[in-house]
Amino acid sequence: MSTYAQKKGFGATLWDFLTTVDHKKIAILYLIAGGLFFLVGGLEAVFIRIQLAVPNNDFVSAGLFNEIITMHGTTMIFLAAMPLIFAFMNAVMPLQIGARDVAFPFVNAVSFWLFFFGGVFLNLSWFLGGAPDAGWTSYASLAIASKGHGVDFYILGLQISGFGTLMGGINFLVTIINMRAPGMTYMRMPLFTWSTFVTSALILFAFPPLTVGLVLMMFDRMFGAHFFEAAMGGNTIIWEHLFWIFGHPEVYILILPAFGIFSEIFSMFSRKRLFGYSSMVFATVLIGFLGFMVWAHHMFTTGLGPVANAIFAVATMAIGVPTGIKIFNWLFTMWGGSVKFTTPMHYAFAFIPTFVAGGVTGVMLAAAAADYQYHDTYFVVAHFHYVIVGGVVFALLAGTHLYWPKMFGTMLNETLGKITFWTFFIGFHMTFFIQHFLGLWGMPRRVFTYLPGQGFETANAVSSFGAAFMSVGVIVMLINIILTSVKNVKVGNDPWGDGRTLEWAIPSPPPFYNFKQLPLVRGLDAYWIEKMEGKKGMTPAEPLGDIHMPNSSFLPFIMSLGLFIAAFGAMYHVDKVSWALPVMILGLLITFGAMFTRSVKDDHGFHIHKEELMDDDDKGVKA
Amino acid sequence: MHAEEKFTYETWPAAPEKSTLEAKNKFLGFWFFLGGETVLFASLFATYLALKDKVPNTNMPLAKDLFELPLTFVATMLLLTSSLTSVYAMYHMKNFAFSKMMVWLGITALLGAGFLGLEVYEFSHYVHEGHKFTSSAFGSAFYTLVGFHGGHVAFGLLWCITLMLRNAKRGLNLYNAPKFYVFSLYWHFIDVVWVFIFTVVYLMGMVG
Repeated sequence: MSTYAQKKGFGATLWDFLTTVDHKKIAILYLIAGGLFFLVGGLEAVFIRIQLAVPNNDFVSAGLFNEIITMHGTTMIFLAAMPLIFAFMNAVMPLQIGARDVAFPFVNAVSFWLFFFGGVFLNLSWFLGGAPDAGWTSYASLAIASKGHGVDFYILGLQISGFGTLMGGINFLVTIINMRAPGMTYMRMPLFTWSTFVTSALILFAFPPLTVGLVLMMFDRMFGAHFFEAAMGGNTIIWEHLFWIFGHPEVYILILPAFGIFSEIFSMFSRKRLFGYSSMVFATVLIGFLGFMVWAHHMFTTGLGPVANAIFAVATMAIGVPTGIKIFNWLFTMWGGSVKFTTPMHYAFAFIPTFVAGGVTGVMLAAAAADYQYHDTYFVVAHFHYVIVGGVVFALLAGTHLYWPKMFGTMLNETLGKITFWTFFIGFHMTFFIQHFLGLWGMPRRVFTYLPGQGFETANAVSSFGAAFMSVGVIVMLINIILTSVKNVKVGNDPWGDGRTLEWAIPSPPPFYNFKQLPLVRGLDAYWIEKMEGKKGMTPAEPLGDIHMPNSSFLPFIMSLGLFIAAFGAMYHVDKVSWALPVMILGLLITFGAMFTRSVKDDHGFHIHKEELMDDDDKGVKA
Repeated sequence: MHAEEKFTYETWPAAPEKSTLEAKNKFLGFWFFLGGETVLFASLFATYLALKDKVPNTNMPLAKDLFELPLTFVATMLLLTSSLTSVYAMYHMKNFAFSKMMVWLGITALLGAGFLGLEVYEFSHYVHEGHKFTSSAFGSAFYTLVGFHGGHVAFGLLWCITLMLRNAKRGLNLYNAPKFYVFSLYWHFIDVVWVFIFTVVYLMGMVG
C-alpha cells in the first residue's frame, strides 16, 4: 500500500486509470474523454458551417448533413458538455467540502465507464452504416421512420451513458450531504459546490423521463411496440413530452455548474467575498425548481392550446428573475473589488453580456404568440448557442484554466490562454450574432442548403468565417496544453495566489487521500479566512490518524463493457441475424455477473497508517 | 465502529443500518435512487394513461374486457403481505436475531415468487385473448408499465436470494446489515408502485 509515490511505467499507469476509484483520477478521465468528444463535436460544427458557407453547396449531401447536425447536438450536450462538467465536479467538489473522496467511489468509476462506452457506441455509428439523423431531439415521427441503425445507436448509446450520469448525480448528492468537513455548514459551501448539489438533484429527477422515452423508442424500433405509431393507437407527442421533461432541466444541468464556476472566478479575481452569497444560493435553488415547470415552451407550436401555452410562457419568463439576481450579484462582486484580469476572469467578464443577450432572446422566445414566428428558424439556433456557448462553454474553458493547476500541478500559459479567449470570443459572436437576423429574415434551421438571391449569402459567409476563428482558438488551447505538459513547471498549493476555498489549501495535485487531517471550517471562503489571519494552512479538525480508503477495481469497466456488448446484440436483433440474441445475452450476463461479483465479494478497503502519513510530509503525488 | 467487528445482542447498535459512514451513505443514496425510480414509474404511468384503450380496430379487447379482479386481488394480497414480512425481517435484524430474520426474508421471497408466478399466468392469459405487446399501443403501454414492475420484483427476488445465500454462514455485522435494510426499502417501494398499478390500471380499468 505504500507504493503510491513511486514512478510508474505506461502499462501500470493505464491499468491504474482503468481500475481507479479516486475522484481526482476519474476527473482526469472525464476531462480527457469529454475533451475528445468536444473536438469531434467541434469538427462536426465546422462541417456544418462549411456546407452553409455558400448557397447551393454540395460539400455534404442532404442525408449526411442531417447526420452531422444530429451528432453535433447530441455529442456536444451529452458527450462533451456534461462530462466536462462532471470532470470539474469530480476534481473540485470533494476538495471544496473537505472530503477524502465521494460517497461511492466505486459507483463513481461505474458512472464514468458507462458514459464512456455509451459515447463510444454512439460514435461508432459513423463506421457502422450511418449516424442518427433525426435531430438531437430525435422526435418520434422522424426517428421511427429513420432507415438503418442510426437512431438505434442514439437510443442505446444515450441509454447507457444516461445510467452513468444518473448514478453520478446520486453520488454527488450523498457526498455533499454526508461528507462535509467539520464546520462546513450548508451556508458555508462554495457556490460551485452548491451548484453541483442543485444540478445533481436535477439529474436525479430529469434523467428517468429520458430513460423511459428511450426505452419506449427502443421497444418501438427494435421489439415491435407501437407507442408512437398513430395507426396502431400510438401518440408521437408522448415522446416530445418525455424528451422535454428531461430536456429542459438538462439545460439547467448544464448552466448551473457554469454559474458555479463563474461565481468562484468572480470572487477569486475580484479578491472579494461573493456579493449576496445567500441570494445566490436562493437563486440557484429557485432556477433548479422552475427548470421543471417550463418544458412545454419547446412545444408551443405543437398545439397544446392557449391555456397551456400561456402558463408555460409565464413560468418561463419567471426564470429571468433569479437569473437576473445572479447577474447583478456578479457585477456587484466586481464593484469595488481589486480585479485581476487572468484568463479565467476574461471568460467570466465576457460571459455576462453574452449570457444576458442569450437570456433576452430567451424571454422573446418565451412569448408564446411571438414564438410561432421564431420557431424552427436560425433565431432559435442563435439563442441557444448564446446561452450554451456563451454560458457553458465559456465556463468550461475558464474552468480548464482555473483548475488545471489543481488537477495536474502545472499552470496553463496565460498569454496563449488570452489568445484563445480573444479568438474564441470574437469568433463566437461573429458566428452566432448574425444568426439572430438570419432567423428573423426567415432562414429555417436544419436545412442543408439555401438558394442564392434569398438574402442569406453574406450573413452565412460571416457566420462560417466566425467558426474558423473559434477553431483557431481551440487549436491554440490544444497547443497550450501540450506546451504546458511538456514544460511541466510544478506549482504550489495556491498557484493563483487568490484561492479562497479549501481546494487551494492542499497541494496541487492533492495526495490521493486529499486531506491528511480534515480541516476545520470557520466560515465562508474557509482558506481565505485563515490566510487573512496570517496562517499558512487550515487548522486541523482531528488528530493525525489512520485513513480509510477504497480499493481499486476493474469491475466498473467490465460492467459497462457488458452493456456495450449487449447493445450490439439488441440492435442487430432487428435484422434477424443469428448472433444478435446470443451477443445480447452474453453482454447482459457480463454486466450482471460483474454486479453479482461486486455484491458477494467483500470489499472493506484499506487503511493508510499514521506512520506512512508522517513520512509523506508535503510531497504531492503525481495524478 | 468497524464494519467487520463481531457483535452480540447487547453491543448491537439501535440503528445498524446507519451506524457507519458507508452505511449512512448507502441509506441516503438509496433513498435518492428511489426518488429517481418514482419519476421513472410516473413517466410510465403517464404513458399508460395516454395510451389506455388506444387500439387500431374495434374488435380488440379493451381494459374493461380484460381485467378480472379476483386474480389481481390475490396478487395484490401476496405482495402486500410480503411487504409486511419484510418489516418483520428488519425488526429481527435490528434485534440481532439473525435466524428469525432469515426465515422472514425467506417468506418474503416466496410471496414475491408467488406474485411473479401469478403475473406470468395473467400475461399469458391476456395474450390468448389477443392483447399483445405488439398488437396495439394499449398493449405496448400495458406490458411496459406492468412488466417494468414485474422486472423490478424479479430483480428484487434475485437480490434477496443472493443476500441470504451470501450471508447464511456469517450472521449479521455492520457491513451486511445496511445491505439487508436497503433491500427492504426497495421491496417496500415496489409494493407501493403495485398499489398504484392496482388502482390506476386494474380498478380504473374495470370501471371503463
